[in-house]
Order: sequence, then structure tokens, then C-alpha cells
Amino acid sequence: MSRRESEWAAWMRAALDGDARAYRLFLESVTPYVRAVARSQCRSLRATESEAEDAVQEVLLAIHLKRGTWDPSRPIGPWIGAIARNKLIDGLRRRGRYIDVPIDDVVDSLPVQDQTDRISMHDVETLLGHLKVRQQDIVRSISVHGHTISDTADRLKMTEGAVRVSLHRALKALGALYRSSARED
Amino acid sequence: MKTDDLIDLLVTDPPPRWRLRSTLAIAVAGAVVAAAAVFFAAVGVRPDFAEAVGSGRFLFKFVVTITLAIAAIAAALEVARPDGRLARRGLALAIAPALGACAVAGELMLLPDSEWMRRLVGSNARVCLTVIPLLAAGPLVCLVAALRYGAPANPGQAGAIAGIAAGAIAATFYAASCTDDSPLFVMTWYPIAILIVSAAGYLVGRALLRW
Repeated sequence: MSRRESEWAAWMRAALDGDARAYRLFLESVTPYVRAVARSQCRSLRATESEAEDAVQEVLLAIHLKRGTWDPSRPIGPWIGAIARNKLIDGLRRRGRYIDVPIDDVVDSLPVQDQTDRISMHDVETLLGHLKVRQQDIVRSISVHGHTISDTADRLKMTEGAVRVSLHRALKALGALYRSSARED
Repeated sequence: MKTDDLIDLLVTDPPPRWRLRSTLAIAVAGAVVAAAAVFFAAVGVRPDFAEAVGSGRFLFKFVVTITLAIAAIAAALEVARPDGRLARRGLALAIAPALGACAVAGELMLLPDSEWMRRLVGSNARVCLTVIPLLAAGPLVCLVAALRYGAPANPGQAGAIAGIAAGAIAATFYAASCTDDSPLFVMTWYPIAILIVSAAGYLVGRALLRW
């Protein structure tokens, strides 16, 4: 197992035990590799970089929602790779593109930094519009505006627990929306 | 939303309380309770249960069904992971059919061939094909509900394996009521009943286990 992979595994183990800082390290470290795979896919299919970034977000959300399916006694690279492969295929199919080239292993790719920094991603914004207004408000407050759970709770006159529950439901709903939009085509 | 914003969002969400393995373990307990409840309420053990316990043929039925149930549950846990591969657990799934095949061979040697058809057809074939799927319905619901927390690469396959597990749990209970103990009967009708449940599991899995 590569050093990178054992680092990811260690962070994910800590994250599953509730260490949010380790979880951030994990996600920030994995993202450039997922992006590399998404970009190389999109290039061979003549999709744009912004479409690739949409796909990266879909993969990250799936990793998040399915993190309970990783068996900590197994290497994490193949697990991430399997999720990325599954979601990239879904995402590109949704755009009417069929993958006929094999997807490389995430852990073996060269990391790519995001250069689409300034533009906001299209897919997730569209899907957010389908959530309940309260959920949208909470999601934007924490992500785009960078507020904490407790700030958000104060502003919306909710308890922190209620904000957390609502956020979790919003994320699950987003995952389901990605899936249903994949099936429409 | 930028990708960094999304990461901010994801790290705010606390980790899942249950991992897949524990979720499935709870579902298996639920499945056994569900099958037991319907079995004792509607079917019940056979009248000569106490004597039957002394018979090798009777006990062998449980060896096969319990072996299959355990192997199928382990296989379901494997294929419910995105990086899972059935090949890792495939061999264990073959143990019960192999045991059954040996028992059939033994039975064919013990019995005169004039007896074969009578034992194979038995007297409860239709009951077997009805009761096993009915007893398996509750267990299948429990197992599929747990697998929704999984991320199977092949949802239909995961559902089909959950169906084998549910069918094997149901068959374990049914075996206590059925008076046909010959391996010729067991290895003909039980697999058909379990495959019916597995086919249902395949369809349910394809519909409900996408992620």
C-alpha cells in the first residue's frame, strides 16, 4: 500500500470515529485525485472542465454518504476507486456520454488542482433548488457562506440538533436527486 | 457551489452511527425474528418433532439450510460494499449445495431405485414451495432495508444474494415442520423455493439498491 493510501485510511478511520479535522484532511487530499480521473475521462469524451468538476462533487457526496461501507481492515484506494468509477459513469451517462475507456485507479493518478475556482458548479445548484427551502437555507449557510452550525441555528431560531438533522437529510436528498436525474435519461 | 464549499458542508455532518456490518447484523436478527413469528403463528413444528430430532436425515436439513444462510449473509455483506467481489465469498456459497449433493449420492446408494421417485416427490412439495417464500418475505424486507445502507456495484446481484439468505432462513424454520426428510426431496424442492425468493430479491434489489 502506498504512503498516500495509508494516510487516507488513517484519516478516514479517525473521521469515522468523529474527528472532523481528519475528515477534512481526507476529503481535501482525495479531491485532486478524483479530479484527475474525472478530467481524464472528460477529456477523452470532449466534456468541459466544469462538467468534470460537477462529476467530482457527485463522487465526493457519494463517498460521504457511503463512508460506512468502507471496511477499515481493507485498503481504501480500491474503495474510493469503485465509488468514483460508479459515479463517473452515472454522471457522464446523464450527459448522454457513454464511457468506453477504462477508468484508472484513483490512487495511482496524478493529482489535479481545481482551476474552475471562480465559477459555481451547475449540477449541485440545480439539484439544491429541489430541496425544501429550509434545507436549502441551511446548506447555503454552511457551505457558501461558511457559517457554523451554531450560527446557522441562531439565525434560523432552531436548535443545533435540528440543524444537524436537517443538514443530514438534505445531503441524503441530494444524493437521491443525483441518482434520479441519472435515471431519467 | 464550489467544491471547497461542498467539503465544508460534508465535514459538518457527523459520522454514521452504524457501519454496514452492524446494520446488517441487526437486520439478520430482525429477519430471524420475523421468520420465527410467522412460523410459530401459522405453521408450527411437526407433531413427531421430538422423535425426528434423533434422525440423521432430519438434522441434515438444518445443516444444509444453516450453512447456506451463513454463507449468503457473508456474501451479501461482501457485495454490498462498492469494492466488494462475490468471488471472495463464492466458494462458501457452494458448500451447502456440495453437502446436499453428497447426501443425495448417499441416499441413492442406500435406497432401492423403486423408492427414488416416491421420496423425491414426497408429500409436501406444494407446501414447501408456498411456505418457504411466504416465510422469507419478512426476512427479505429486513435484509434489503439494511443493504440500502450499502453501495453494491451490482444492485440486482446484491438483492438476489439477500434473497438466498432470506430463503435459507425461511427454509431452516420450514424444515422443522416438513415431514419429508429425504435428501432427494430436500435437494429438489428447497432449492426451487429458495431460487424463487432469490429471483424476487433480484428484482427488489434492482429497484431499491441503486445508490
